[in-house]
Amino acid sequence: MNWMDYFNAFWVGGLICAICQIVIDKTKLTPARILVTLVVLGVILQGFGLYQPVVDYAGAGATVPLLGFGYSLAKGVAKAVAEQGLLGAFTGGVTGAAGGIAAAIVFGCLFALLSKPKSKS
Amino acid sequence: MNLDKEQYQQMLQQKSPNSPLWKDCLKAFLIGGLICMVGQGVSSFYKARGLSVADSAAATSITMVFIGALLTCLHLYEKIAKHAGAGTIVPITGFANAIVSPAMEFKSEGLVLGLGAKLFAIAGPVLVYGISASVIYGLILVIMQGA
Repeated sequence: MNWMDYFNAFWVGGLICAICQIVIDKTKLTPARILVTLVVLGVILQGFGLYQPVVDYAGAGATVPLLGFGYSLAKGVAKAVAEQGLLGAFTGGVTGAAGGIAAAIVFGCLFALLSKPKSKS
Repeated sequence: MNLDKEQYQQMLQQKSPNSPLWKDCLKAFLIGGLICMVGQGVSSFYKARGLSVADSAAATSITMVFIGALLTCLHLYEKIAKHAGAGTIVPITGFANAIVSPAMEFKSEGLVLGLGAKLFAIAGPVLVYGISASVIYGLILVIMQGA
């Protein structure tokens, strides 16, 4: 076990959240807008090759924030385009993020079904 | 007590001060960092089981989404979120929370247009713009390859 990995994940992930907190407090952006912005920003950053170094350094500190979702979309596209060309531009992103997307839908559905309405107290 | 509007506003400001920015940030930093550290632990676990870097990243996303959805279902995530703000919104567990909580809330309106549709209240826009951005990036790569 490498404690530095945990430390780097902690401070980089925490920093991303703290920056977003400043943006939320200063702009009153809704959480939905924040999430959309982060995913698109993740795609753009990785598109310029800027996010891979952060992932290499911080591991889950970079992949767990929603920027990492954009990162896996962009990474999937780059790989698929290299292998398949134009077709890959359409298949790569969703393939790269398939696990997260399918899990979100299935577990979302499952736990919404299992949930009990909140007591009013 | 007779107050004009201005005095009332002043009183309101004093009674409900916005929590200071640095305090919000510190909480977001600590909780967000902690969630990422949990993710690091999950990821190390999968790597130790022999998964490749890419596969363990995918497995970690799936696990974190599971945890986020479970905590939301148990009404625990909202309790953490009350304090952590962006610390609970920004990690992928917050994405799971954003999917489950509207679905839970609108379950009573039916399984298709209630639960099924509201599941995508926030996930929908995220997927629309995320996937669109990835396809645009892909097309740019194709054009650059051709050039």
